[in-house]
Amino acid sequence: MIHKLTLPLKDEDILAMHICDEVLLSGTLLTVRDTAHKWLIETFIDNAQPPSAREKAILEDLSPVLYNGAIYHCGPLISEHAPSKLKIDQVHFLSAGPTTSIREEAYAHRIMSRFHVSVLIGKGGMGAKTLRACQQTPAVYLHAVGGAGALIAQTVQQVHAVYQLEFGVPEAMWVITVKDFPAVVTMDAHGQSLHQQVADQSRAALKLLTLT
Amino acid sequence: MMDTHQKHGWKNMPEELGSALLNLIRLTSTDLPPDVEDALQRARRTERPGSAASTALDAMLRNTKLARQNSTPLCQDTGTPLFYVTHPAGYSTRMLRSEIEQAVAEATRQSLLRPNAVHPISGENTGDNLGGEYLPTIHFTETEDDALTINLILKGGGCENVGAQYKLPDENLQAGRDLDGVRRVVLDAVYQAQGRGCAPGVLGVAIGGDRASSYQASKQVFLRQLDDHHPAPHIAALEKDWLAEANQLGIGPMGFGGHTTLLGIKIALLHRLPASYFVTVSYMCWAYRRRRLTLRNRFALFS
Repeated sequence: MIHKLTLPLKDEDILAMHICDEVLLSGTLLTVRDTAHKWLIETFIDNAQPPSAREKAILEDLSPVLYNGAIYHCGPLISEHAPSKLKIDQVHFLSAGPTTSIREEAYAHRIMSRFHVSVLIGKGGMGAKTLRACQQTPAVYLHAVGGAGALIAQTVQQVHAVYQLEFGVPEAMWVITVKDFPAVVTMDAHGQSLHQQVADQSRAALKLLTLT
Repeated sequence: MMDTHQKHGWKNMPEELGSALLNLIRLTSTDLPPDVEDALQRARRTERPGSAASTALDAMLRNTKLARQNSTPLCQDTGTPLFYVTHPAGYSTRMLRSEIEQAVAEATRQSLLRPNAVHPISGENTGDNLGGEYLPTIHFTETEDDALTINLILKGGGCENVGAQYKLPDENLQAGRDLDGVRRVVLDAVYQAQGRGCAPGVLGVAIGGDRASSYQASKQVFLRQLDDHHPAPHIAALEKDWLAEANQLGIGPMGFGGHTTLLGIKIALLHRLPASYFVTVSYMCWAYRRRRLTLRNRFALFS
């Protein structure tokens, strides 16, 4: 089953997806990695201090991208080399595959619930907290092919903006538009996780191989 | 004495070393070695058409062609550059290091490498992939041969994070201080990694050594060709048997389930202290970027 979908997604699109389904995703999304996850939580969720004017402006820009939108766990390799002099309309993504998602397990569910995020894209899958958030939001986790950076970069049609570039190119948040981004549903809104299934099956196989 | 040696080494060094090193980095980052591509092709034939595993392998093979054709990095995580340099007597390793560092910085400027060196505490990115004595990582060995050989492996962070070191005996895994104990921890490492190291990968397994030498050796075996055989037949047999067992775990490409979880296992043996029995497992992702530059009589050969 292949779903051809465009962001922002409707709840019925999300509910129609099941693990092992293929997806070709189009639309505008945000790349978010480790440092940016921590920053989003500290700045807009924990709110130890009220956000500054600059932070409020970022919140206003990002909220509509995230609402029923997608977060991509990705630190791109870009065409520009001097971040301080970077001109956004000249930036291309040269290689932009997914990074390992499990590092965001502590953060992702809080960001999904605060910003109503419908799709996470990454690799390696996530844990129980995120799976529960997928059921509640509703949302799905899409698995892109790790290492396929050149192929995925071809689906990036435009780079619109970058936030928190001081985190470095990989850790900054990039707003991009993709067309037919290929992925597989590995965690759905119905509580199913392909990662859990494969882990269970492989644990049983391991047990057989290591009987004493 | 030292100065004379360094001067001597520098004079011997081919003037075009810098551009040859840059080409080595370009080739490594953008062109997957043929033995790895062949192994992925074979893996695809074992997976059910239309399965998620088969789709993933298709994407890997398409990505490989595209990156080669457009000379763009296969994977955005260009990882830790691991250089293994074998040089004739008389070369200055200080000068070789400087040439390598300049090539790494230039390759970063040319977007062949992603700026990947961040301060361990502040997280500040140096922007040029240079991070002091340990980044890039360079190993030097002197040889009697008259060729200067520079091997480069680009090892991404995802696969680096699933590496593991075990100390035998390991009671939880019922792994004793014998080959069956080693087998048990190797299979455990594959199980723990699931698809997160970008399966199907290759395992480097070092048996013995101290903690540091064991990790070093578990990576250095990635210089071997995928289709070679360990020179000791009983070790070659272990590589083959453990590979077959690992592939029975059914983790599959990217952890989607399937027949190919690993493309190979390479073993290194290191003498150890009687008290220590380390088994170290390094994981190399399917985007197994490994290339070699050989310089002999001012001729450069890339392989």
